[in-house]
Amino acid sequence: MKPIQSKEEYQTYVDQKTPNSPILKNCFNAFWVGGLICAIGQIIFEICKIRGIDETNSYTIVSMLLVFCSAFLTGLNIFNKIGKFAGAGSLIPITGFANSIVSPAMEYKSEGYVMGVGAKMFTVAGPVLVYGISTSIIIGIIYIIFNTQSLILV
Amino acid sequence: MDWYMVLKAFITGGIICIIGQILIDKTKLTPARILVTFVTLGVILGGLGWYKYLIDFAGCGATVPLTGFGSLLAKGTISEVQTTGLIGAFTGGIKAAAGGISAAIFFGYIASLVSKPKIKKQ
Repeated sequence: MKPIQSKEEYQTYVDQKTPNSPILKNCFNAFWVGGLICAIGQIIFEICKIRGIDETNSYTIVSMLLVFCSAFLTGLNIFNKIGKFAGAGSLIPITGFANSIVSPAMEYKSEGYVMGVGAKMFTVAGPVLVYGISTSIIIGIIYIIFNTQSLILV
Repeated sequence: MDWYMVLKAFITGGIICIIGQILIDKTKLTPARILVTFVTLGVILGGLGWYKYLIDFAGCGATVPLTGFGSLLAKGTISEVQTTGLIGAFTGGIKAAAGGISAAIFFGYIASLVSKPKIKKQ
């Protein structure tokens, strides 16, 4: 084998050697698992609507129930198998957020309940909350500065 | 029950997940970065008021993915800013998303307490 000289050469070599990830199959699995989770959410929402709960609370109930199911399944080591199969299909819905809290917490349980479970819960959820909340505060401040209907297209 | 709405939620949620899957396969972003990207994108779209149309169209197909979580933060912030001013920018977001965040922390904590970590086979 001749030695690799440049970075580009190395990149093409790596591309040749790495197996092509079956992107179509992954996308299909992500589509139906993600879609199914959202459809279950919508069914819960419709049931709430029949019971006369208002829209905002219904969406909160949907999130809470899905989070509960996801945490429960992660605790039983079932969710990780779904995640391996579905990829983004179980990661992008709010189930993935719950999973990202439970699985490091479980893993680091041996380090104790405060610095193990309590701290490691936020390895992925922490950044999500930090960036989400910071951006929303900036949006609020921008809204105060330019309090015009032309910016907020509603 | 509105089964047409369930179908729309299925398709919209699925498409959002496909976007995430393409990002995983085609770029070298870690799952944590993808989650952060989706939430931030949701906050921005929600702040511009565009995400509302997707929620009206697809219901839970738009609110269950993390972009919906982001748009909820933005929606809460803006409605709170309209009533209480600058303080609302700091209180509104979490107030609106409190149910999901608290549920995730509480159920997550309980689940990790009762479960046994999987013993890796040597």
